[in-house]
Amino acid sequence: MIAETGLAALWIAAAFALLQTLMGFAALGGEGRPLIRAVRPVAVVQALMTATAFAALLLVFWHTDLSVKLVADDSATTLPTIYRIAGAWGNHEGSMLLWVTILALAGAAVALFERRLPERTLAATIGTQGLIALGFFAFLLFSSNPFARLDVPAAEGNGFNPLLQDPGLAFHPPTLYVGYVGLSVAFSFAVGALLTRDIGATFAKAMRPWVLGAWIFLTVGITAGSYWAYYELGWGGWWFWDPTENASLMPWLAATALLHSVTVLATRDGLRAWTVMLAVVAFSMSMVGTFLVRSGILTSVHAFALDPKRGAFILVLLALYIGGALALFAARVATVAEGNRFDPVSREGALVVNNLLLSAILGVVLIGTLYPLGVEAMTGEKLSVGAPYFNTAAGPLALLLVAVMAAGPVMRWRRDELAVVGRRIMVPTAIAVLALVAALLFAPGLHVLLLLGLTLAAGTAAASVAPLWKRNLRRTPLFTWGMVVAHLGVAVSLAGMASESAFTRETLVAARPGETVHVGPYAVRFAAIDPAAGQNFTAVRATLIATRGNADPLTLQPEQRTFDNPPQQTSESAIATRLDGQLYTVVGEQVPGGRWQLRLWWKPFVTLIWAGGALIALGGLLSLLGRILPRRGVKVEQHGYTRAY
Amino acid sequence: MKAKNQRLMLVLVALGALTGAALLAMSALRDQASYFYTPGDALRDHVELGRAVRLGGMVEKGSLRREADGVTIDFRVTDGAASVASRYTGIVPDLFREGSGVVAEGRFTAPGQFAADTILAKHDEKYMPPEVAGAMHETKSLKR
Repeated sequence: MIAETGLAALWIAAAFALLQTLMGFAALGGEGRPLIRAVRPVAVVQALMTATAFAALLLVFWHTDLSVKLVADDSATTLPTIYRIAGAWGNHEGSMLLWVTILALAGAAVALFERRLPERTLAATIGTQGLIALGFFAFLLFSSNPFARLDVPAAEGNGFNPLLQDPGLAFHPPTLYVGYVGLSVAFSFAVGALLTRDIGATFAKAMRPWVLGAWIFLTVGITAGSYWAYYELGWGGWWFWDPTENASLMPWLAATALLHSVTVLATRDGLRAWTVMLAVVAFSMSMVGTFLVRSGILTSVHAFALDPKRGAFILVLLALYIGGALALFAARVATVAEGNRFDPVSREGALVVNNLLLSAILGVVLIGTLYPLGVEAMTGEKLSVGAPYFNTAAGPLALLLVAVMAAGPVMRWRRDELAVVGRRIMVPTAIAVLALVAALLFAPGLHVLLLLGLTLAAGTAAASVAPLWKRNLRRTPLFTWGMVVAHLGVAVSLAGMASESAFTRETLVAARPGETVHVGPYAVRFAAIDPAAGQNFTAVRATLIATRGNADPLTLQPEQRTFDNPPQQTSESAIATRLDGQLYTVVGEQVPGGRWQLRLWWKPFVTLIWAGGALIALGGLLSLLGRILPRRGVKVEQHGYTRAY
Repeated sequence: MKAKNQRLMLVLVALGALTGAALLAMSALRDQASYFYTPGDALRDHVELGRAVRLGGMVEKGSLRREADGVTIDFRVTDGAASVASRYTGIVPDLFREGSGVVAEGRFTAPGQFAADTILAKHDEKYMPPEVAGAMHETKSLKR
């Protein structure tokens, strides 16, 4: 019954999405006031029905209803409760339903809370949101029904991929999806504004909080995903330039560019067409990412060609939505009046450079991700594009971007003098030079990109707090704090990346229990190896005692786990976090001579990578609060004035 | 600058930057993309030594040997017709064993001698790397 209820809710939601689309666009045609008022509740009901369907899916997974095909394929009664529930979105159909649920909730949030957008634009926006939802409802109902029943219920489920059995799964995909799909709001805003030809500062101010919100979730999702891959895969790496990672990075790059250009539009009414274009591109990247991950095209172009239904379906949706939006953009761009002008040397100028560099990096990542697919589709030749390409092509651009980021925030709007800007970042420049000298002295022979990375990280960290210089910190608006914290986060993260690449020490040995191994500053004693067991796996667990100088010894217990359903081994790394880095340990298999393989890394300041990511997200949050809370600065000023008086 | 032309200038600068990025990307791709070879292809095509490539096939039965250091292995990658001697230092991924599918990233150090930097993880029993499945399909007409 629950599964049927879910399916019915999905159909009803699709019907409401259709209604929402029709009403939203009909409202454009003049006499639209009652329609405009009615479209809001329709969007809310659509979201409620979608959420009902998703709740039904969670329930069948929680009960492990083995007559539902999806549950039988991807779950089992023996799983711990959290994975029985989270397993609902650990598979194709379930994750698409989650995607659509978030889409519908985002649409409902716009319908409920958006007050700044002109009414006709808002109606068109909600209509567009319905139109996107409609396509993905069709996708679910016609080619990925999560509620399909088996004729004969399975006796036991096929189990759930052990690599995904990690608390990370419960939070990572939903967070990332809120970011991905949250960008649909920016897309719908752009389409709505193109339809009503109402693009200006008001539009930008209305759109900004939505973009910020989605961007915060994307940032958190990518940061958490990177850490998850780092400790779960046991390879010691934190970013693999895997196509699925790129699929999340590309929307983030576009959203970051959008975030900066929408500020120009809101503050100075400039970059109108460009901002609208970016809003379209950002969600398009989300859809491309969904296509890449969900169509099966990554595993093989051939597999895709053999079983094309799902992939082709998403591809058609993609072509319709992106193509449609771009066509609308092309048709309307000539009628978008030019915004305010500015000098090349100005805050706007710096933000344009920011946007160009972010777009260029996006292009580099997109080309690198799609190139192997294109080559295979055309010539049948298989190739892979990995870290060497992305680091060579995107690395220099990213460093340049960070350098611009250091100077941009201290520049004035409209026009500025280069010499004056140079004086304002004199102290950060000096700090960067000092860092360069220190790096050359203490770590000679570093790769030039790493050297630049360390130098820029130091300089940019100093420059990012420069906008606070000589300001009354209590009167500084929250969104300025947000910018400062986010930019500081970029510098912190860059420092972590450069330090990890430059200074990591690795030891790979086969050792007997009782032996001591050295890695970086640590002496690691291989104390014991014991059997261990969990609810659905058995394991061998190594006990390692790591000592450094006179500090208290650390105990680490990496494991090699063997799951039985499905049969698979995974290695659980054990990581000790210190202020100045992480000791990362993995145990391998037993080899002749009573020895066990041990792989140990000392990674100085690696945690800064994710701490920086967290700062970036926090900066976004402060900005968002600064934009949606009533202005606090004014009150403080009055308060201060009263007291001084 | 004539204010009137600002939008045009911006568009030109943007196009220039993006073209530059695309050129950078394409040249990096030429140098860095690593091609996939089966042992047969690799031996026939005389893959440039030292170039990053992927080698895929099955771990030949009876070929897996472990060096005395306990962390280096020697094995042969086969596609059913030809095979290539390979060496890897590290912890091999789960389920790497004789007779199973493998994709190794690395380079040829001499004709027929492959040094693997990475052995790609096989995620579960059912999974066969698609390239391997394709290659096996060609040589042995195995049904996927």
